[in-house]
Amino acid sequence: MDDLIAALASDLDRAFPSLVESAGPGLYWGLRRLCGDHQEAEDLTQETFIRAYRALGDFDGRRFEELRLSPWLWTIALNLGRNHLRNRSRRPIFVEIGDHGRHDTEPPDTAAWDARFSALPASQRRAVVLRHVVGMGISEISAATGRPEGTVKADIHRGLERLRRVMEQER
Amino acid sequence: MNIESRLSELVTGLPDGIAEGVALGTGLADGFDLYPSPLGEVVVTFNIEGVSSVDLANDGYEERFARRHGRGLLRAEPPSAWGRHIPEAVEAGTPGKLPVDLRSRTPFQARILRIAASIPKGEVRPYVWLAREAERPGAARAVGSTMARNPVPLIIPCHRVVRSDGHLGEYSLGGAHNKWELLTHEGVEPARLEELAEHHVRVQGDPSTGVYCLPTCHVIRGSGEWNVVDFASTDKARSQGFRSCPECRPG
Repeated sequence: MDDLIAALASDLDRAFPSLVESAGPGLYWGLRRLCGDHQEAEDLTQETFIRAYRALGDFDGRRFEELRLSPWLWTIALNLGRNHLRNRSRRPIFVEIGDHGRHDTEPPDTAAWDARFSALPASQRRAVVLRHVVGMGISEISAATGRPEGTVKADIHRGLERLRRVMEQER
Repeated sequence: MNIESRLSELVTGLPDGIAEGVALGTGLADGFDLYPSPLGEVVVTFNIEGVSSVDLANDGYEERFARRHGRGLLRAEPPSAWGRHIPEAVEAGTPGKLPVDLRSRTPFQARILRIAASIPKGEVRPYVWLAREAERPGAARAVGSTMARNPVPLIIPCHRVVRSDGHLGEYSLGGAHNKWELLTHEGVEPARLEELAEHHVRVQGDPSTGVYCLPTCHVIRGSGEWNVVDFASTDKARSQGFRSCPECRPG
């Protein structure tokens, strides 16, 4: 990630596609598990990157040095997600021709996972997704969500417990 | 398999279209689509600011765009707010409600292009006319080079701009024969314009109204050819008591 930040700092336009490539899958699939909908996750992923691009254009050297990409992107994404719930009618400015969305990138059991996650309260779902789907550390999750580390750990623990129970009931 | 490792397998690839949407939304690439025009199929490119270029849809337009604009192109639908106006703008030869991205031009060039956009269909104006309208009467040559590098031909109708001596002149979109074609399509007779230029006719007057016009102005064209008097300059027209037409403002 450090190399990527250095590249973004030296030539944002050139390096930005690499950021989308490396952070995009985690962002999209994390959002997808949080909102349970392809279209909404796609909108939020695009909008997050567009906001990030605009913000990075105003960064100076010191802000790049302090930047922690993953929590920063997720702070933007989670904020957007909150507003998005209030206004579901908004659509992306551009629609790619021939974009059919899913293709062969869908992980197995995706509908089943949507159902399982829907059984979790929002804070637990968010903590479990960021920790175990996206793969962020506790302090990163705490930074992205603005919740104390102890609370994040407790949410992850309770969320996993609940997921296990839901999956046992499936058998 | 425990639940943690199953969860970690839920991140697969980025679905198609997202990276492209980001490239378009950030302005790192422009979108494009193909449209019919009097010159055959054309490529119209666009971004959040508006339409950014028009080119003939032949080989190499993507390379030409990258060279001229320093960005990539992705096939996409234009922004819904104004995308539907693209076909009518191409057909009418005027931007109308269509926003045009002229950020790559200098403020002077952008001003000249916006003045060119106001030339009515079926009429032409000389370089020197545009220079005067832009309040830079000495800048006719700069007008010529601005027209030669018009990023949005057809939509900003540089085909309606002719040399100051009245000859049709060059055309950036595929060459002079396309200018001829477009003007014919709009009801201008290019052969007649060339003939007037050959005979040094710059303006024409209607003795019944006492008004002189540029030869393609709709006012003088409504007069009937047998009524019209030819002049080699506006000075000559004025010296015979004619007034300048407020519609075409021949100077």
